Amino acid sequence: MSNIKVENLTKKFEAATAVDGISFSVGPGEVFGFLGPNGAGKSTTINILCTLLSATSGRAEVAGFDCASSPDEVRQAIGIIFQDPTLDNGLTAYENLLFHAYLYDLDRVTARRRIAEVLALVDLTARKDDLVRKFSGGMKRRLEIARGLLHYPKVLFMDEPTLGLDPQSRNMIWEFIRTLKADTGITIFMTTHYLEEAESCDRVAIIDLGKVIAIGSPAELKAGLRGDTIRLVAKDNDALAAEVRERFGMDAKVSEGAVTLTVERGEEFLPALIKTIRAEITSVNLTKPSLNDVFLALTGKSIRDEEADPNNVMRAMARSSKKRGH
Amino acid sequence: MTTLRHNAKAVYVITFREFKKFVRERSRLLGTMARPILWLFVVGGGLSRMVQPEGGVSYLQFIFPGMIGMTILFASIFSAISIVWDREFGFLKEILVAPISRFSVVFGKAVAGTCISLVQVLIMVVFIPVLGIHITLAQFFLLIFSAGMLAFSLTSFGILVASRMSSYEGFNIIMNFIVMPMFFLSGAMYPVGKLPPVLKELTHFNPLTYGVDALKNVLLSGAAGTSMGPEYPLVFDLSIIAAFMAVAVVLANWSFRKAG
Ligand SMILES: Nc1ncnc2c1ncn2[C@@H]1O[C@H](COP(=O)(O)OP(=O)(O)O)[C@@H](O)[C@H]1O
Ligand SMILES: [Mg+2]
Repeated sequence: MSNIKVENLTKKFEAATAVDGISFSVGPGEVFGFLGPNGAGKSTTINILCTLLSATSGRAEVAGFDCASSPDEVRQAIGIIFQDPTLDNGLTAYENLLFHAYLYDLDRVTARRRIAEVLALVDLTARKDDLVRKFSGGMKRRLEIARGLLHYPKVLFMDEPTLGLDPQSRNMIWEFIRTLKADTGITIFMTTHYLEEAESCDRVAIIDLGKVIAIGSPAELKAGLRGDTIRLVAKDNDALAAEVRERFGMDAKVSEGAVTLTVERGEEFLPALIKTIRAEITSVNLTKPSLNDVFLALTGKSIRDEEADPNNVMRAMARSSKKRGH
Repeated sequence: MTTLRHNAKAVYVITFREFKKFVRERSRLLGTMARPILWLFVVGGGLSRMVQPEGGVSYLQFIFPGMIGMTILFASIFSAISIVWDREFGFLKEILVAPISRFSVVFGKAVAGTCISLVQVLIMVVFIPVLGIHITLAQFFLLIFSAGMLAFSLTSFGILVASRMSSYEGFNIIMNFIVMPMFFLSGAMYPVGKLPPVLKELTHFNPLTYGVDALKNVLLSGAAGTSMGPEYPLVFDLSIIAAFMAVAVVLANWSFRKAG
């Protein structure tokens, strides 16, 4: 039993293949992350899953319904927070939610109760009668999440829910996600190009150029890498390296004014190392492998590089200017 | 499939939203109301000194049905164009991903455009006694009925055009190449019979001509037979509008569905 099942899904646009034969499934109650650089095909996949776009080939199933042949059933079963804002800035927060409730066939009493409930969840009860136009980016995002939950969807899609938000709003949104998971057992499918966010997912699919290149829990994905990196700086680096080699039989390298060694479970090894070493250590640094290292190992490039991509900056600017209008 | 009741609810809430925003945006109401009233008294008032009354109808009275037609035309097209705004600002996605039929969306927008037009027509109705026009209660209802049909068909027509526009840039094109010609070639400003033959031919293909003519049938019934009065019988006008409405709704629905 899985809540999302995708088999060999492909989407071709005139110019490019945005999604190239991907397959995966997401189980009930999972928080599943789609991690990939800009243009990898994340939004295209989400748009197919939420029935706004039809696939060129392959199959997609959400909550037990086929996205192509039973779109209405899929739509009733899902909540979605799109990458770009989709609120009506000319309505109040409450009116935006009421509109949604009617579109999803909630009766008046249920609508009123649930609106109060989701407003409280995202901490916007006090602002419910304000026009959305006056909201900050973070507040709008929270309102969109509230709206996405209003009809109690079985599956919640979130396309880059924290893109362009300040760290405080990002943390707040992650708190909702954890609360939701604990309280409701809802399935969450989210895309992100922030590595730290992918780390918080139960499972992650790494997508690049329309293809899923790795899939598994963050721990599983990183387990394939060689281990933690310890960087030590001492008054005399060569003496330190020699001592480490002698006492622990490890391959300690001296470069760029530091001694580097690779070890499994660095946090357990480090105290023992420091206790035994006699050389005077001035700086210690332990680095766990990140999903970026996984991405780097698989593609030879870094996801982080993409964040500085000028196109990204343009997108973020376009986004915030759109938010202001209307 | 979604139920009929569910879709009716969607139509209701789509209308409700447009109405709420209409009431909230006073400047829009002011803008659309100021235009016909200004035209009525500045253009109508000015020209009525030069144009001889016929069949007991002055020029000021003559252009009044045309000004109601103008009100409906602008209000309907403006309502329909909100689809472009909705697409531009993302809200359309919220509607498209909801479990309702595409037809409900089109129908909801058309109902909203009709209601908003009718509110403005009701404001215009205040001028009926001011202009010295006398109508019966039955004629009043006939006026609202004709106005409603015209508004519904024009909003559907507007949706047909707007559903293919991806940005607001097309707005000026619509205004200059569709709305203004429709207005000037409708018999709103001058009797169709007095137009040069080529332009006169064009008015036959303009649905607004029959809309304005229907309004003349109601408001200027006394001048029937003269050039200030209606050209066609009311039943004929309403039949043409009904046919136009049917085609516009079907095409709007088709176009909107295709545009996604
Ligand atoms: N409507 C479209 N028409 C043509 N190309 C598109 C369209 N939508 C997306 N693409 C292309 O498909 C690729 C994947 O885009 P997208 O799914 O938005 O990526 P992501 O969300 O991972 O950043 C990009 O190269 C993009 O330019
Ligand atoms: Mg995207």
